[in-house]
Amino acid sequence: MSKWIRPRHLPEALELLAAVPGPYRVISGGTDLMVESHLAPERSSESWLDISGLRELQGLQITEEGIRIGAATSLEAIRQHAEVVAHWPMLAASAAVTGAPPIQNRATLGGNVCNASPAADNAPVLLAYGARLEIAHHHGSRWLPYGDFHQGYRKTALQAGELLSALWIPYPPKHSRGYFRKVGTRAAQAIAKVSIAALIEEDGDGIIQSARFGMASVAATPCTLPSVSQYLLGRALRDIADMQVRQKIKQDIAPIQDIRSTTAYRLEIASRLVLEAIHRCSESKKEN
Amino acid sequence: MSLTLAKQQTDQQKASPRRVDGIAKIRGTALYVDDLPCAGVLHGATVRTMEAGGTLQEVVFDPAIDWSEFVVVTARDIPGMNAVKLLEDDQVVLVDRAFRHAGEAVVLLAHADPEKLRMALKGISLVVLPNTAPIFDIDAALAAQQEIIPGNIYTDYLLDRGDVAEGEHLADVVIEERFLTPSQEQLYIEPQGMLAHLQKDGSILVEGSMQCPYYVLDALVQCMGMDKNHLRVVQSTTGGAFGGKEDYPSVIACHAALLALKAGGRSVKLVYERGEDLRVTPKRHPSRTLIRLGANKAGELQFIDMDFAIDGGAYRTLSPVVLSRGVIHAPGPYKCPHIRVRGRAVATNHPPFGAFRGFGAPQSIFAMEVAMDRLARKLAMDPAELRRINLLRTGDVNPTGDVVGADCFAHATLDAALEHTHYYRRLAEYRAWNAAGHQTRKGIGLATFAHGAGFTGNGELHLASRVSLQALANGHVEILCSNTEMGQGAATTLVQIAADALGLPMDRVHLAQTDTSRVPNSGPTVASRTCMVVGDLVQKAAGQLLQRLRETAELVAPHDAQSFAAACARLCAAVGDTLVTAQYQPPTDMRWDEQAFWGRAYASYAWAAYIAEVEVDVLTLETQVIDFTAVQEIGDAVHPVIVQGQIEGGVAQGIGYALYEDVLWNERGVMANDRLTNYIIPTSADLGFMHVVLLEGGLGAGPKGAKGVGELPMDGPAPAIVNAIQRALDIDIRQIPVNPEMLLELTMGRGI
Amino acid sequence: MSTMMRINGEAFRSSSAPNARLLDVLRNECDLKGTKEGCGEGECGACAVLVNGKLVNSCLVPLGQMEQAEITTVEGLPEDSALAQAFVQCGATQCGICTPGMMLAATALLAEHANPTLEEIRWGLSGNLCRCTGYGRIYAAIAQAAGGSADV
Repeated sequence: MSKWIRPRHLPEALELLAAVPGPYRVISGGTDLMVESHLAPERSSESWLDISGLRELQGLQITEEGIRIGAATSLEAIRQHAEVVAHWPMLAASAAVTGAPPIQNRATLGGNVCNASPAADNAPVLLAYGARLEIAHHHGSRWLPYGDFHQGYRKTALQAGELLSALWIPYPPKHSRGYFRKVGTRAAQAIAKVSIAALIEEDGDGIIQSARFGMASVAATPCTLPSVSQYLLGRALRDIADMQVRQKIKQDIAPIQDIRSTTAYRLEIASRLVLEAIHRCSESKKEN
Repeated sequence: MSLTLAKQQTDQQKASPRRVDGIAKIRGTALYVDDLPCAGVLHGATVRTMEAGGTLQEVVFDPAIDWSEFVVVTARDIPGMNAVKLLEDDQVVLVDRAFRHAGEAVVLLAHADPEKLRMALKGISLVVLPNTAPIFDIDAALAAQQEIIPGNIYTDYLLDRGDVAEGEHLADVVIEERFLTPSQEQLYIEPQGMLAHLQKDGSILVEGSMQCPYYVLDALVQCMGMDKNHLRVVQSTTGGAFGGKEDYPSVIACHAALLALKAGGRSVKLVYERGEDLRVTPKRHPSRTLIRLGANKAGELQFIDMDFAIDGGAYRTLSPVVLSRGVIHAPGPYKCPHIRVRGRAVATNHPPFGAFRGFGAPQSIFAMEVAMDRLARKLAMDPAELRRINLLRTGDVNPTGDVVGADCFAHATLDAALEHTHYYRRLAEYRAWNAAGHQTRKGIGLATFAHGAGFTGNGELHLASRVSLQALANGHVEILCSNTEMGQGAATTLVQIAADALGLPMDRVHLAQTDTSRVPNSGPTVASRTCMVVGDLVQKAAGQLLQRLRETAELVAPHDAQSFAAACARLCAAVGDTLVTAQYQPPTDMRWDEQAFWGRAYASYAWAAYIAEVEVDVLTLETQVIDFTAVQEIGDAVHPVIVQGQIEGGVAQGIGYALYEDVLWNERGVMANDRLTNYIIPTSADLGFMHVVLLEGGLGAGPKGAKGVGELPMDGPAPAIVNAIQRALDIDIRQIPVNPEMLLELTMGRGI
Repeated sequence: MSTMMRINGEAFRSSSAPNARLLDVLRNECDLKGTKEGCGEGECGACAVLVNGKLVNSCLVPLGQMEQAEITTVEGLPEDSALAQAFVQCGATQCGICTPGMMLAATALLAEHANPTLEEIRWGLSGNLCRCTGYGRIYAAIAQAAGGSADV
């Protein structure tokens, strides 16, 4: 029979991870791992570390700088949370398009991030909002910008003995606007073909102060668009050349052909969505 | 003749009584095959070929496993004929030497422990000499030197009327196109499965998920080499079928029975996991149509010339029948003096394709209806107008040479559809919308079609269906037939028809469980025949029963439930046997030449006009069906809510066919997207409004003039949607599914 | 290892492995066959049950997380509720295999939205696939059960 450990406290879990040689499969909501277990039972684990009971990993707390979301908080809880809806609406939106209600009732934000699919539904938004990860180890915690977390295809920055304990998201800058869109295979229960989140901040003269992007399904990992962000900095909407933006996007993403979509579609739609995001974020500012 | 609009559910005049199986399904007490109690059962599993054809040289069993713990069955264990009973005996039950596709069953295993079974599967390997040049494409098969069967053609049909060359002279405008439709997975939510029991007396009972218990019985007789009196097939509650459980259950039943026989007393359960079901069970035939249409300046069709080909996969199975229906439906409900439809069912190294709602008609109707829109555009005529000019009327000659009688409502359905959707106003609205630079483009498109119910031509005659009614001493009546409830409401409608004919409340009439040891063969549950053909037999049998009660048991008219019960009691006491049986009689005016495709092909056609309204996102090219109107004339709606449910469900499958569903193939010709996360059917969040309009002309061949409706709704949605998208974006589409990737390719570089 | 849960109000102790699927525990240990397996990967919703009042896919729930959980399956729903009656009357069930999951999804939805809009109904059911009905009659049944008209 497989070993199943369900600690009540984070230090317990961390000690286990540090002490025991050989891999524990860490499980929170199980919506990815249980599928994997079923479809590829030979890859199934003998030892499971169930972190769904760790109170330190649950819940959302508002702080001065923003919000702390426990890694094992369900997407449903996040989607409905009044503060999230008010201040981080893109996160409420991405949680709402992850699977469907029965999935959201179990799936956790930490799980979505650590499963590290290039198509992870909430990753683009976390990148755009500039989230920071709180990573716990039995010697202490460290912080990591989320942008540094995905290091390669399904490869994360988590070291042996570490657990993602929380995600911190700062309040979006005062004069910023967000744009989020997922293009999936259908309206619910869909894996993203292309997903984008953008957070763009302009000053009173419409000059872009910061532009953060997050995209899914266009590279081996969820990714930002550093060349695009760089290009936009200091420009006004009227000085942005679509062709330049398109060129920069090509530098930042590497879309492929797979069972869901084509390289050509992903590239073109990614470009259109980035341009759309830029225009929308500026337009809304103008409306005010 | 009068045409009435079928009353909606809330109207008291036409009742929609509660489904007889509703409560059990809602409470979760209905037993599907995987729910059947079977203590001590052995679980079965199948080892399959990995290559797209070749020769099996050896089966290697890992010596590290103690195989004596397992029940192991190979071709050598087949007591009867190693052939699945279908139109031809070309498909093996278990591979012995030659095989033609990946996923063919070679070894069957059973064990009480599912985990041990799973591990053991890995301990069996097949040594094969693979086919190095498998064929997976229709035209490649036709051109290939390599032959799976002679010419790679299972069947070659020709429907030929008039002279196409003559038609070409008379045509002012000609269009020519090539259309492709993909395979489509039925995706019944209950995977396939069978449970087999070897009884103490040596007989075998197989129960499970199926549409046609007698098909399964006949297959067992052939494979097990046993007399049908020693075999018994019982249908369990079946969780969806749509044609996908027409022929493959015979294969699974034979497998389960072989295991049960070898197990010597312990029952065997062979239920497929979703992935296996997706990879190996039959799906809709892919098609390729070359089509030319010609019309004069007035828009009157002068010729229809089609080369229609379907991919039959590696064995003949049902392909000739699918082809036949596809060919007959290809020219549509139009009058045209010169028609040539050549149809071919082609052999490839895909797993065999099979029945799926529509059965060839959705494929050929797709081509015809999109071609009609092409023609309309070339004529600078609205597509609705082009239909109006060409739709059949009473007195016209239809494509199979039959003179259309009073039962013709093509124009009525078109008119109703145009009216319901405010078609011309919508058209103008959408034109204006599209010119205004919005984020979306909208379009409205239509398809007009007819679907023949029942078996083609002489098919019903060959079936010689029989239905029995058994009167019980307490005044209740049992319907005995082999037609199965699979969600379409057969249990309810047959009970309704019987109760109505007998003058009894519905709760006095019961449909007996479909058990071949009890029920006569009333034919398979396919071809939209159950309500129309079998329902008619039920009605006849009811008449016979009443007559018997009147003549020999003093039943006096008018009767009620009590006096009926009293008469039954008297009859039972007097003669013991209270069974009456009605046998199918073909209509006298039904003449059909199946070689020439000439005459009256079906007892009844149902007529339809479907209109789709779509909205395409300019940025991402995603398409939403924002509104859908399905108008059909169906003779008589026996149970309006059930009919509505059939139409809505069929339209949803048609929307899937048009926009979402695609069977992708791997290099071995097997379904690559073999997971529900990758085979996309619409969720509730994807489907927009559906309006169902039922017209009742009362002239169908079924009870009270009813016609079969189950498959009809599958024919219209795809062409209507494609026609709408074409209008929205001003593009030409040649295949489905229409996915955003395709639309991007078609619109890239142009402003839309 | 044993897990103590309450299933449809009754205490149940399971001795299955902690990584066993709740679906299998319900069907095989508890002999509650109403919860169905349609896909094994959390896409179809035929296996949906309520765990602590929340709609979940039981094929994705490990037993090890069910200690002290309150589980409701279709067998635990009131037999003659407005919802059950509406499902029967409105033609919301055809082949019936998705019906238990739909009943639970509808129950969860109505618990949160007593009078759901069509959009809310669509959303609430978006994790439950139906291949037979096209969803229309199911929406009608839910609307009727909520006290609205079935004219959906």
